[in-house]
Amino acid sequence: MANAFKDTVIRAWKSDFMWSFRRTPVAIASFVVALLLIMGAVLAPLIAPHNPFDPATLNLMNGFSAPMEPNQFTGETFWLGTDDQGRDVFSTILFGMRISLFVGFAAVAFAMTLGVTLGLIAGYVGGWVGALIMRIADVQLTFPGILVAMLIFGIAKGFTPIDQRDEMAIWVLIIAIGLSEWVQFARVVRGATMVEKNKEYVQAARLNGRRSAGIMLRHILPNVLGPVLVIATISLALAIIAEATLSFLGVGAPPTQPSLGTLIRIGQGFLFSGEWWIILFPSITLLALALSVNLLGDWLRDVLNPRLR
Amino acid sequence: MAKTVKKPVLSVKNLSVEIPTRQGILTPVDQLSFDIEQGKILGVVGESGAGKSMTGNAVIGLLDPPAHISGGEIRLKGKRIDNLEREALRKVRGKEIGMVFQDPLTSLNPLLPIGEQLTETILEHLPVNKNEAQERAIAALEEVGIPAAAQRINSYPHEFSGGMRQRVVIALALCAEPSLVIADEPTTALDVSVQAQIIALLKRLCRERGTAIMLITHDMGVIAETADEVAVMYAGRLAELGPVRNVLTSPTHPYTQGLMASTPLAAKGKKRLSQIPGAMPRLTDLPFGCAFHPRCPIAKDKCRSDPAPTIEAGGGKAACWYVNGEKS
Amino acid sequence: MLAFAIRRAFQSFIVLLVVGLVAFSMFNFVGDPIDNMLGQERTDADIERLRTQLGLDQPFPVQYYRFLEGAVQGNFGISYRQGRPVSEVISERLPATLELAFVSAVLAIIFGVALGVFTAIRRNGWAANTIMTLSLIGVSLPTFLIGILLIYLFAVELGWLPSFGRGDVVDLGWWRTGLLTQSGLKALILPAITLGLYQMTLIMRLVRSEMLEVLRQDYIRFARARGLKDKSVYFRHALKNTLVPVITVTGMQLGAIIAFAIITETVFQWPGVGLLFINAIRFVDIPVMAAYLMLISVMFVSINLIVDLLYFAIDPRLRIEKSGSGK
Repeated sequence: MANAFKDTVIRAWKSDFMWSFRRTPVAIASFVVALLLIMGAVLAPLIAPHNPFDPATLNLMNGFSAPMEPNQFTGETFWLGTDDQGRDVFSTILFGMRISLFVGFAAVAFAMTLGVTLGLIAGYVGGWVGALIMRIADVQLTFPGILVAMLIFGIAKGFTPIDQRDEMAIWVLIIAIGLSEWVQFARVVRGATMVEKNKEYVQAARLNGRRSAGIMLRHILPNVLGPVLVIATISLALAIIAEATLSFLGVGAPPTQPSLGTLIRIGQGFLFSGEWWIILFPSITLLALALSVNLLGDWLRDVLNPRLR
Repeated sequence: MAKTVKKPVLSVKNLSVEIPTRQGILTPVDQLSFDIEQGKILGVVGESGAGKSMTGNAVIGLLDPPAHISGGEIRLKGKRIDNLEREALRKVRGKEIGMVFQDPLTSLNPLLPIGEQLTETILEHLPVNKNEAQERAIAALEEVGIPAAAQRINSYPHEFSGGMRQRVVIALALCAEPSLVIADEPTTALDVSVQAQIIALLKRLCRERGTAIMLITHDMGVIAETADEVAVMYAGRLAELGPVRNVLTSPTHPYTQGLMASTPLAAKGKKRLSQIPGAMPRLTDLPFGCAFHPRCPIAKDKCRSDPAPTIEAGGGKAACWYVNGEKS
Repeated sequence: MLAFAIRRAFQSFIVLLVVGLVAFSMFNFVGDPIDNMLGQERTDADIERLRTQLGLDQPFPVQYYRFLEGAVQGNFGISYRQGRPVSEVISERLPATLELAFVSAVLAIIFGVALGVFTAIRRNGWAANTIMTLSLIGVSLPTFLIGILLIYLFAVELGWLPSFGRGDVVDLGWWRTGLLTQSGLKALILPAITLGLYQMTLIMRLVRSEMLEVLRQDYIRFARARGLKDKSVYFRHALKNTLVPVITVTGMQLGAIIAFAIITETVFQWPGVGLLFINAIRFVDIPVMAAYLMLISVMFVSINLIVDLLYFAIDPRLRIEKSGSGK
């Protein structure tokens, strides 16, 4: 039993995939950075020295503490300083990253589900349904994703009652970003499906009387997972940047649930007054997050599917 | 035209080309020597990978890095050209040495009219103005047999057939009146019906102008028809060099003998074609001694340990310990 | 070629119709503009007056007809938030955005192509490698961070350039330009770099990879074998052959520049339509959103159409065959 497990691990370690991973320092570094950041976000409530959303623990006197310097009133020291309301910047970053990553992952999951489903249908069923789906995709592709996301955010905001807008903002963001990124998934899946569906094994399954949905899930889907994974990783980087951008513009995560973008938006106000740490550290975190996921996606694309280039 | 002079147009001595790779240094051209006289055609034959094209590229100075000339010398009309500066070498290309590539479909820039490609080459190398260059371009096209050259000068490459395009390529190679033309498989990509025309054209133009030709091909038929001398290459080395008649009818090197026995044209009269057992070794694992010994019917111990010397044989040269069988 | 152009124009028309439908639906189905304009404290009389003023009391078909009629004439009703005609609000802000987008696009194309060619020719040089590494970071860097970084460096620390606004403008009657005053030009520098940098990176990477591809082609070898100068080989022969794919992407990027101007305009408080749009989203000002959507669609579609026609100018092969067999 233990041996079998060991064998599996060894085989996986020796696979082309791992071989390429071990030979690419950029991939290793990106993976480590991304993993650290994700862990930090997931474990934020345990790691963070303060809870920035609990008004009871905040002390306005701690406001504008510089990093690593004792506050002049309270004598408390904060690694990365505090913002105007005395919130610990390190803690707000951890919690902000939680929101950034949550929106990012959820938006990609949504885009992937939607795109893969529509792509399978467009490729397998074809006909006017497929044509319609791809026409919509084409029209949407004419516009940059961020613009589509903004527009959907604006429309969805119009649908939500005013007093619930802040609470709903995160979900609206997920839907808006997700809807702006489904097209890539749909296109790749449709292309692969059209190739696969004419292969003998699919024809055989069809002759055996399998239902279309079953054929799609069991036979076609596994064949398109590689490219889908690549697109998902690249989309994650895009989604994180899109979320940060929308929040920075004030049309994303609300101040009550600040994401990294919101934190940068808040910090911009202190750029001129000299409190550089309020904006610098969230910016560095965002950059590290986006860059590491992007580089990881680049590497995955090279390994899994050179044709996607 | 002037009578053939003794002094060769192109003289290659002990030319070696090396490519440093991860598996070590490869030597696609090894200690190669040959001369071409004015107005003469030297055919260079060999299997693909024998180093023919690499030799042509080395002569015109177009080796793709990291490939580079690692030894020997190349003289054009007595002047060394293998160690020229980049800019000096560029002035030799096109002006002194013309080159014809294999595929006329890809040798011409699809986005420029053929006339412009001709005039830019003429203006680069000859002291003429734009109008004269234009006239020369039309004349060059007429010479290679493009009908209604003056009207077609502004046509784009895709408006010509494959054979016509190769004529344009030849016009381009010859338009600055070089003394040497390197033709790298000039007919391989063409229809069989057009091949003979192109070869005849190349031959006629060079005879008229006294241009020497280095004709790289794997087609023995083309060699038999065209060349004055032939150099047979094997695994980057010269196997045999001599007047075309001698090499074709009474080859001295075992490889050439095998090659002739396997060529329909040369093996005329014999009952069936024979073949050489095995395949040419890859550059990454050349055998010790004579590179041909694993396939050679007469190989001895000496062949396995020491590279064969190049010696005079059959009116030319051959690189073999046992030229003409057992004699030496 | 004419048939191709007509087909393309027809497709563009369809796209515009679809977008028009989206815009109209926004008018009709999204939220209640009365809610949006009046706060919690409102009287029935207020509501009634506003309904009539905005034409929201009319039956659906009448509103639909009004929208179409208005849209064709560039009339998108009255901004919920500003209480002024949308066309007026947009047209007074459009020059700012167009000037910014134009300057950024020119910067992006010039530097993108130049650096792309440079990195392709000096493929293994240290300078080219450094540029390529930096460009990878550039692609991952969100635009607004670039803007903030530039503000910090050149406005806060060095104090050389203004951090917000458009500077002094000159009124030409129908166009207010910031390109004719010194303060206007100074104010333009940082936003234009911010907006153009990302597109420049993309263009550079594309030109480089296309150029490397072309440099492997036989006709480049042949051009060298004919002894042409490097300058001629690179710029006359190679660059022209990279242009077709580059123009496609560049065309799409020009559209993207107008959209990304939203971000840059917010960072620099640049008084253009992008800033207008982002505020429209924040306050759910539907008429402004719809008008902006239509405006930007017309721009995108026109750019795409121009790009398609440019192919014919560059590639002679397309002039004969009816549709492109190439890329």
